[in-house]
Amino acid sequence: MSSIISLSGIQKYYGDYHALRGIDLEIKQGEFFSLLGPSGCGKTTLLRVIAGFEDVSEGVLLIDDANMARVPANKRPTNMVFQSYAIFPHLTVGQNVAFGLRKKGLSKDDMARAAGEALEMVGLTGFGDRAAHALSGGQRQRVALARALVLKPKVLLLDEPLSALDKKMREQMQSELRRLQRQVGITFILVTHDQEEALIMSDRIAVMFEGEIAQMASPQELYRQPSTRRVGEFIGVMNFLEAKQTGTSEKTVSFDVEGLGIAEISVDQLPEGARATADVVGLRPEALSILFEGQGATGRVVDATVQDLAYYGDMTYYEVTLDGSSTLVTISMKNLISRPVLERGTKTRVQWDERSLVIFTA
Amino acid sequence: MNWLRVYAIGYLIFLYLPVVLLPVFAFNDATVIAFPLQGFTTKWFSDLAGIDALHGALKNSLFIGIVAATLSTILGICAARASTRYRFPFKAPIMGAIMLPLVLPEIIVAVSLLVVLMQLGFSLTSWTVIMGHTLICTPFSIAILSSSFQGLDQSLEEAAIDLGESRWGAFSKIILPLVSPGIVASFLIAFTISMDEFIIAFFLTGADPTLPVYIWSQLRFPKRLPSVMALGTLLILASLLLLSIAEYFRRRGIRRTGAKDSGGFL
Repeated sequence: MSSIISLSGIQKYYGDYHALRGIDLEIKQGEFFSLLGPSGCGKTTLLRVIAGFEDVSEGVLLIDDANMARVPANKRPTNMVFQSYAIFPHLTVGQNVAFGLRKKGLSKDDMARAAGEALEMVGLTGFGDRAAHALSGGQRQRVALARALVLKPKVLLLDEPLSALDKKMREQMQSELRRLQRQVGITFILVTHDQEEALIMSDRIAVMFEGEIAQMASPQELYRQPSTRRVGEFIGVMNFLEAKQTGTSEKTVSFDVEGLGIAEISVDQLPEGARATADVVGLRPEALSILFEGQGATGRVVDATVQDLAYYGDMTYYEVTLDGSSTLVTISMKNLISRPVLERGTKTRVQWDERSLVIFTA
Repeated sequence: MNWLRVYAIGYLIFLYLPVVLLPVFAFNDATVIAFPLQGFTTKWFSDLAGIDALHGALKNSLFIGIVAATLSTILGICAARASTRYRFPFKAPIMGAIMLPLVLPEIIVAVSLLVVLMQLGFSLTSWTVIMGHTLICTPFSIAILSSSFQGLDQSLEEAAIDLGESRWGAFSKIILPLVSPGIVASFLIAFTISMDEFIIAFFLTGADPTLPVYIWSQLRFPKRLPSVMALGTLLILASLLLLSIAEYFRRRGIRRTGAKDSGGFL
């Protein structure tokens, strides 16, 4: 598939501050792409570079193979949904949606029809004559979407569009945005600091720290094989255990992992460019499980002590220490009717699998 | 009744008694401004209609007021937008220098302007008064307009540009309508300030006096005093009217944008 957006060697300085440090990025036509990172990582700056609100200090930006260097924001085939939605408060909903259409040289009827269709698409049929300032947060969000999508941009840019909504509304809009994106087939680029949101919605995610892309991958790959410890920490929950490489054979590499003992890892499991001398390995909470009374082991087993727990109803998160180690390890367990919730101080056994160990590249 | 209330009422009487006395004597059928009242008359008002010098002064004041208010509002829009939207070197000292006439004694401003204008070889006309009034009105315009510009979401302008507008289009179609209540308020307040400004007008006026300068010149003639009272009464009514219009526009602006009403003139 062809790239709709291609960034190469993008650098951005604000005075002495180096906001973007050499971004290379290809985004495919029709993709739902997320820029994920903590605040100040440069994700919004990158989005604004694509929109044309920020000049780049160095580097090339192509949209649909056209160089955007001298193209101002109002001439780019991109539209943006702003974090504050930026609904024009003195206009009606219909006028807001039709705002960009006025420049397209359509007849009044065509404009009204297009605006009506756009409102229908976001579930606001019949809202055209309402005053924009009288809308709720969720409705504003929809108007902002309709206003951008009605122009049929090649790329829709979304700057933390869900951060102002409450949790229920946010979850509803997440699935709705996903559905909308499949329906219109437009490339979406979403900026978010919410890793869960990025995982749920995206085809591909770029994780950014300090103006650089730390890892770019599909949600599954990002979760299963974070390239660095920092990415692993940022996406979901991850346990980190000290490890020492003890030997290599043709097919395996073995590590002495704190609390777990010797682990033989298949070379297929090592990511490309994995460090030969890993000193820490990662393990997701669901990759470990507590062996309850009477359960047979299916993997390797170590003894452990429950230090603390958090009960979530459907899940319980245990903090345990493995025998021979003092590091607290988080284990998530589904609460089944046949399973007791263990108390603090309980001695128990923990089962794990070598295939779920994550080796980092840096 | 507690002391605070007594104080408040006393304060209001002190503040408004002279204003209340103005119309009282304007309708009093006597040339001497003193109690007891001599009966009701409207002749002081009808007298006003026959004084040509007054009409000239009024026209002159209106012209100066409108031009000065327009200029100071335009300058105010530029300065308020620059100060709320952009960062530039020496911003604080520059803004300070622009706002300075707010606290400078007017007599100093007036004398300095006179000296400068004389040195530059200007002759004194209505335009020199306009220059002086624009100078003292601009800080008020900036103060009023800054709060309008500050309340705006910066994304609004970017959103308009993103939707295909030019920079000017975004400013004129989105920003100006949203700050228009501030513009109207700035214009009316600058106009009011110019209308009753005396010191600068007195120093810089040429052959055509402004209304306050004319009124001052009439105070030398005791028999003209009731007419001045009548004129003052009309000016108070005009001020109330202007203020009401400004307030109407301010509230309409708030209603249109759905913002929260936080104080105002009335």
